[in-house]
Amino acid sequence: MSETAPAIELKGISKAFGPVQANKDISIRVMPGTIHGIIGENGAGKSTLMSILYGFYKADAGEIWISGQKTTIPDSQAAIAAGIGMVFQHFKLVENFTVLENVVLGAEDGALLRPSLAKARRELKALAEEYELNVDPDALIEDIGVGMQQRVEILKALYRQADILILDEPTGVLTPAEADQLFRILERLKEEGKTIILITHKLREIMDTTDTVSVMRRGEMTATVKTSETSPPELAELMVGRKVLLRVEKKPAEVGDKILEVQNLNVTDEKGVHRVKDVSFDVKAGEILGIAGVAGNGQSELLEVLGGYEKATGSIKVNGQEIDLTGAKSDGRSRRERGISHVPEDRQSEGLIMDYMAWENVAFGYHHDDRYNKGIRMDNAAIRADTEAKMERFDVRPPNPKLAAKSFSGGNQQKIVLAREIERNPDLLLIGQPTRGVDIGAIEFIHQQIVALRDQGKAILLVSVELEEILSLSDRIAVMFDGRIMGERMPDQTDEKELGLLMAGMTKGAA
Amino acid sequence: MDVMPKWAEVVLVPLISLLLASILSAIVILAIGENPWDALMLMIDGALGSTYGWGYTLYYATNFIFTGLAVAIAFHARMFNIGGEGQAMLGGLGVALVCLYIPWPHWSLALLGASVSAAIFGAAWATIPAFLQAKRGSHIVITTIMFNFIAAALLNFLLIGALKPTGSMEPATGKFPETTHLPSFQDMFSTADNVMFRGAPANISFFVAVAACFALWFLIWRTRLGYEIRAFGHSESAAKYAGISPTKIIMIAMMISGALAGMMAINNVMGEAERLVLNAVEGAGFIGIAVALMGRSHPFGVFLAALLFGFLYQGGAELALWTSIPRELIVVIQALVILFTGALDNMVRMPLERIFLAFRKPAKGA
Repeated sequence: MSETAPAIELKGISKAFGPVQANKDISIRVMPGTIHGIIGENGAGKSTLMSILYGFYKADAGEIWISGQKTTIPDSQAAIAAGIGMVFQHFKLVENFTVLENVVLGAEDGALLRPSLAKARRELKALAEEYELNVDPDALIEDIGVGMQQRVEILKALYRQADILILDEPTGVLTPAEADQLFRILERLKEEGKTIILITHKLREIMDTTDTVSVMRRGEMTATVKTSETSPPELAELMVGRKVLLRVEKKPAEVGDKILEVQNLNVTDEKGVHRVKDVSFDVKAGEILGIAGVAGNGQSELLEVLGGYEKATGSIKVNGQEIDLTGAKSDGRSRRERGISHVPEDRQSEGLIMDYMAWENVAFGYHHDDRYNKGIRMDNAAIRADTEAKMERFDVRPPNPKLAAKSFSGGNQQKIVLAREIERNPDLLLIGQPTRGVDIGAIEFIHQQIVALRDQGKAILLVSVELEEILSLSDRIAVMFDGRIMGERMPDQTDEKELGLLMAGMTKGAA
Repeated sequence: MDVMPKWAEVVLVPLISLLLASILSAIVILAIGENPWDALMLMIDGALGSTYGWGYTLYYATNFIFTGLAVAIAFHARMFNIGGEGQAMLGGLGVALVCLYIPWPHWSLALLGASVSAAIFGAAWATIPAFLQAKRGSHIVITTIMFNFIAAALLNFLLIGALKPTGSMEPATGKFPETTHLPSFQDMFSTADNVMFRGAPANISFFVAVAACFALWFLIWRTRLGYEIRAFGHSESAAKYAGISPTKIIMIAMMISGALAGMMAINNVMGEAERLVLNAVEGAGFIGIAVALMGRSHPFGVFLAALLFGFLYQGGAELALWTSIPRELIVVIQALVILFTGALDNMVRMPLERIFLAFRKPAKGA
């Protein structure tokens, strides 16, 4: 039990939440000094497993072995003591504290702050040299970028003497360049003997960075393979349980008239921040315009304006007619009447009422339609019948209109929203993050639906932070950075590298 | 998937809460030195043992139905209207003005006119906090409770001034004219040789309250407005996405709420006192909160909870009359009910959910 003892070994871990078996008899060995990927669809049980390892949940059965020693991890304190550090998808940093203060937070040595801070400053410097993790210790968190914030999270773990680092979907908020930097850091940590567990749903990251990969499906560990001996299609099949098309198949676009024309659009939000700056573009019938960009660069506000629930200045024309941007007609209902359908970025807080049943959600936003009303009464029977039909056509499972939206999986929730918006037969479809939190099997279906709508001659404005999705779906790509459109490219004349530079605000070298 | 079946959610949870509240109350009664079982029997006999008792129980219940519905509709829009008290006071003013200054030919017309007037006055009183919430973000809890005090002061001002009959020493309006007197249960149900509900204040407005339950149920679950109110209550961001105006929903939900609270006045002012006195509302606005909580904001739940509180009110009065248990104990019992059904809801719910899960798992394997 000396050299070959795995850094982490889980034996027969099981965890149930009520009737849902989140983890079923999971065994995994993570060797020290390796990067071990864990991949799986949403709800496959990755997060539950890591939460057990980090002491948030207690396993119903099974054992945890750390470096050859059987341990129990009742809480996160114990996990830290065992040398486990966790970098969450949503950072746990205090925005108005400095980097140094955040690193020390919770690991202070005594009641007085000054000695702790001085010690942390020395150690941060040492860590920075050892792992090339350079961060200004006196910068405020709110002033530094997301990539830097993530480094602070890693530093926090290292400061607490973590030998095992767990990263949960670390690239979700990063530009491709920042992601590459992160992976260089991880590589460096590995060289220094740290063990890294990388949780992701992106096949490419797994292929590029990991040594070993474990695949989870429906709470079970379906396979653990050497990364060098596998391929993306094989992993996808292991994740979904059937063969999946990773590429969208589509014909060349047959482009028609301009449906949407946006000119000099400016959006200033409630806090007075200028979110969208002088944006102009158009979308024609029969094409998909993809808007790429890192989250938070004005794409959300753009969609909100087009969807009718954010005010703006400038001009937007749909089918050649000006739409109201500030007055009484600048609401979602008026937009829908003008032939705009909208699949919002966040289906849980916008697209659906999670406590409403599926059929109530199918009428949502269209509840004034004649087909859903009988005089002053809503025609609930008609809505339910329509929901049943839509669920059948969009393969929503389970096909039960009386189930609350929150009871469906992410993919099926998205299908409900899509069915509602696409079947309205809009002239223009706005669609934000169509496959966020959606499993691979459903992604394929959703992409097919979007392309099918395009082929019917509809205009589609696609906003996504997934560059792969933008590249494979779009007929034309616009990149947003800091509220501006940095440039437009055709998908076959560009690549991730060039788009990545535009997404980071660099136009140089991009002709 | 819901963990518990619906019947457990709707019936079992409140019943257990009620049981726990009763047990605690029993302990308090024991501590006073009375027998809890005798006390319960006395309450049941006093509130439900005669048509007279029923007449009081239903009279109180009528008040609570109106104020409970008022809180419930606001809850559906995720608005906490604790201004039912003030809105009901203003409703009383609406009733008094209509009854005193319009010569009604018949009580039925007077009831119609008074209902509309009470609703308008109550709604108007709720409109100001609603507007402040919708446009200025002033918290509705703060503003509605402050408006209770303003309402009390306003009524005080009017009842010792403009509305007081000359020569009267009492802060109250004069007696309403005969044609505005509502039929009481005694008038309605007694036969020549059998007098029912003798002297009890329950009157025809009980049926208006029942009708209001049905109307509100229809509004919430069968109309577009109810759909929009509930949608807004669940998620403001989603409501905006769907083109539902938050301002409109806040204003309308609060106006309906205020109107319902105001309509309570047809029972206590027009039906019972037949004049407007100070403090006519007697805390019914606040009890509406407990009623709505216990009734889970469902009109039929509100109806049942209002009956329960009517029973507690009347039974409590009987207790105070015949035992050394002070009337305030009823307030304690009410507070316990509120505590268990509202604040400590999860204390009952979580173990129950666990029990249901434990029973379901083997069933699934089979």
